[in-house]
Amino acid sequence: MRYLPLTDNDRRDMLGVIGATLPGVTSVDDLFRDVPKAARLEALVDLPRRKGELDVERHLSALAAKNVAADSVPFFVGGGAYRHHVPATVDHLIQRSEFLTSYTPYQPEITQGTLQYLFEFQTMVAQLTGMEVANASMYDGSTGCGEAVLMAHRVTKRRKAILSGTLHPQYREAVENLSGFAGDKVVSLPSALPGKTEDIISLIDDATSCVVVQCPSFFGELIDMRVIADAAHAKGALLIAVFTEVMSLGLITPPGEMGADIVVGEGQSLGNPLNFGGPYVGLFATRQKYVRQMPGRLCGETVDAAGKRGYVLTLSTREQHIRREKATSNICTNSGLCCLAFTIHLALLGEEGFRRLARINHAHAVQLAGLLGAVPGVEILNGSFFNEFTLRLPKPSAGVVDALVGKNVLGGIPVSRLIPGHADAENLLLVASTEINTDQDCETFAAALAEVL
Amino acid sequence: MSGMNRQGRPSSIETAVNDIEFSATHETFTGNRGLRLEEPLIYELDNPGACGVDLDEPDAFEPRLGGFERKGAIGLASLSEPDVMRHFVRLSRKNYSIDAGLYPLGSCTMKHNPRLNEKMARLPGFADVHPLQPQQTVEGAIELMAQLSHWLMELTGMQAVAMSPKAGAHGELCGMMAIRAALEARGEGASRTRVLVPESAHGTNPATAALIGYKVDEIPVKSNGRVDTEAFKAKLGPDVAAIMLTNPNTCGLFESDIIEIAAAVHEAGGYFYCDGANFNAIVGRVRPGDLGVDAMHINLHKTFSTPHGGGGPGAGPVVLSAALAPFAPRPYLVQTEEGARLIETAEASAADGTTPFGRMTAFHGQMGMYVRAFAYMLSHGSNGLRQVAEDAVLNANYVLASLRDELSAPFEGPCMHEALFDDRFLKGTGVETLDFAKAMIDEGYHPMTMYFPLVVHGAMLIEPTETESKQTLDQFIATLRDLARAAKANDISRFTGAPHYAPRHRLDETGAARNPVLRWQPTVPLKVAE
Repeated sequence: MRYLPLTDNDRRDMLGVIGATLPGVTSVDDLFRDVPKAARLEALVDLPRRKGELDVERHLSALAAKNVAADSVPFFVGGGAYRHHVPATVDHLIQRSEFLTSYTPYQPEITQGTLQYLFEFQTMVAQLTGMEVANASMYDGSTGCGEAVLMAHRVTKRRKAILSGTLHPQYREAVENLSGFAGDKVVSLPSALPGKTEDIISLIDDATSCVVVQCPSFFGELIDMRVIADAAHAKGALLIAVFTEVMSLGLITPPGEMGADIVVGEGQSLGNPLNFGGPYVGLFATRQKYVRQMPGRLCGETVDAAGKRGYVLTLSTREQHIRREKATSNICTNSGLCCLAFTIHLALLGEEGFRRLARINHAHAVQLAGLLGAVPGVEILNGSFFNEFTLRLPKPSAGVVDALVGKNVLGGIPVSRLIPGHADAENLLLVASTEINTDQDCETFAAALAEVL
Repeated sequence: MSGMNRQGRPSSIETAVNDIEFSATHETFTGNRGLRLEEPLIYELDNPGACGVDLDEPDAFEPRLGGFERKGAIGLASLSEPDVMRHFVRLSRKNYSIDAGLYPLGSCTMKHNPRLNEKMARLPGFADVHPLQPQQTVEGAIELMAQLSHWLMELTGMQAVAMSPKAGAHGELCGMMAIRAALEARGEGASRTRVLVPESAHGTNPATAALIGYKVDEIPVKSNGRVDTEAFKAKLGPDVAAIMLTNPNTCGLFESDIIEIAAAVHEAGGYFYCDGANFNAIVGRVRPGDLGVDAMHINLHKTFSTPHGGGGPGAGPVVLSAALAPFAPRPYLVQTEEGARLIETAEASAADGTTPFGRMTAFHGQMGMYVRAFAYMLSHGSNGLRQVAEDAVLNANYVLASLRDELSAPFEGPCMHEALFDDRFLKGTGVETLDFAKAMIDEGYHPMTMYFPLVVHGAMLIEPTETESKQTLDQFIATLRDLARAAKANDISRFTGAPHYAPRHRLDETGAARNPVLRWQPTVPLKVAE
């Protein structure tokens, strides 16, 4: 087998060495003698035998070929994962052995490469969000959101979170699940359609730990979080600001300037492909004063014995491997390689490139909104948006999206897929546009939509 | 001159000594030392006006931002593409990696990461599909999840699998949630509040149990490295929700009483959570389902070779017994006449009569890791995977047998996939486990796991994995024997100042924690963007 270096001769020689110190060991079976007899598998499990590289490629390529790749059609799906162009340099660099096949940097003297990019990543996330500090990533935006709510409880010693109806429905479900099991109370507002204001402020009371608001909202609308932050702070609660499209931070007011105490979001848009939903990279930032309540790994600057600058994992007394049942989180693995892809992509973009790319995204979405809004029967619900917005169609959007597939267009997400059973949502379609979409794509989409309606 | 590299032997001992004295004292102008290159932070390379992408400004348009335009500079550095390339290539060279050498971190399973897996994960049909595309456009992706699920269930002898957990600890959380959901379904959610965890457990186990409100009760470990079964039984009671046990355990040993332990916890009305971090030792040879396990996460980045990537991403599917199968989270897969389908919402679950407990994460899990793990499984097949466990166990036992007379091993008998040593052999030498590990760095090895498990003093946990050759192990063994002898001979300088030859000497971790500097800060205020 190509991944196994031992030969039968090696195995025999090694068993000889082992047997000399361990009486009774003459075979590999003897090494498994502590396994109860009843549990020893004598036969192979009922699965196919080994395959050469070519056969594995054939098997997997056949499965891949059954999927419609985003690149092959006009593509307008968003809702928390976005298709962007990733420069070739990114994928080359993240496949370097030293990054790809390294472990968590527990031995800092020989993992300064990982540690330094994590330090750069933390700086970038803090800058984008307008916050003071960021950690070295969470699994993704939704799990980061759940951790942020738990952190707010640690900070405020209160156990009631209020989730705005602006929040992505699957983020909401992930938070409700985690908080529910943790024994905390979650009050979730109904989904806040664009153009409708929700009265979240009147719900904030002295028992409230945090208010969770997403901007741009799940429906694409930009939300004024400042008034919510002020109201939360007046009651001693925290504002958790969420985003699912990190690209928006190149163009819109960062949550740190709108009074957020914790900011969490999805970083997939920078450097990471769609991957059918994962792996992604959760971004997590907060105020300096809360840093010891943060979950996840943190990288910090220090010096070595010769006085040279270097980096280490730090404040690990928050973490499970030191604190065990008293840790701030059970998290261990983060999204290391996805952070690296994020960091390299953002380094290539730089200040001007990132801001320009955000403007291009917005421009494309504005253009698409113009085209789709002109289709008879289609109404754009958003007053404001970045690169994603919501349409009301004259009929149920699920059938429309299926009909668009028949015309080789992936035309967004029927809101009813995520919020089923609500008459208000039945005809809504969530549509995203990025730098990828050409004028031709947008025109094809508009024409196809007109046909299927 | 015994430490001299054979290929680089100098012409005479005299010049070698001079060379060494020179290199020890001479500082270069750049701070670089040949191939060992210093690299500033990317912010210190900022070259305003440079850019690593070529993008045209969009034509004039009417923004629809509702007055939320970002004002002021973000503060990102500006670099051209070659400068970005060089920065990250230089950073990469400061890292040790499994591709470059033995990485014997116990409990971490640093095995070879085949590049075929990377190639397959990048097929556009997997990498370039969106989690919320219509399901009829991602049938191949869903089918891959279904096939991978089938393999995981066959290999573990379990009845169901929850695919969505993002990493091992997330899988633990998922498994413990399933246990709570099952207890609640039979009206014992509130009364069963205690979880038993051996003192040798990974830190994630007690952290996970505590995260969802369980009281953690530690079980002692016996002098043979196994759970004290009698002490465990004495702790059982009507308030016990579960036991969380790693098997093979963190001492690298198989818990020989495991069937009895499982029966006892079931008898007491609790469930058996197995930490599957060490599944690599038994894959294809033992099925956790046959041991009485109710839930176990599988670290795809350990047993199934997906790359660790400097600390992630992982993937932690959880296999479940028949008793827990109805209590998996959403989304989950169902088989229909048209093939596998994903059930995503509570409404859809209600329609098909199942009782999932909720959602661990947005979307469906770590597809990119599924493809890599499945490519690895297909490559090995049933016969190859059994050989994986056998060679992993053989390699670890070879290391144990070859070192136990020079180092000190706390436990008798064969080990599983990792060899555990303690620090008795260093007693009186002035060298501690940490120093010993740092000296290994100078010898070109990544150190083993240190000071874990906690039940052994000065623990050194060595997991070679099955992808190391006998030659590699022989050199590693010879190196460790040489280091042990040096320590005993009081050759302290090899240890206390180590590492001497890494990109950095020992770093001040205490100072880093006392005064946390967690980001770069500009020394002058940022310029406001035009």
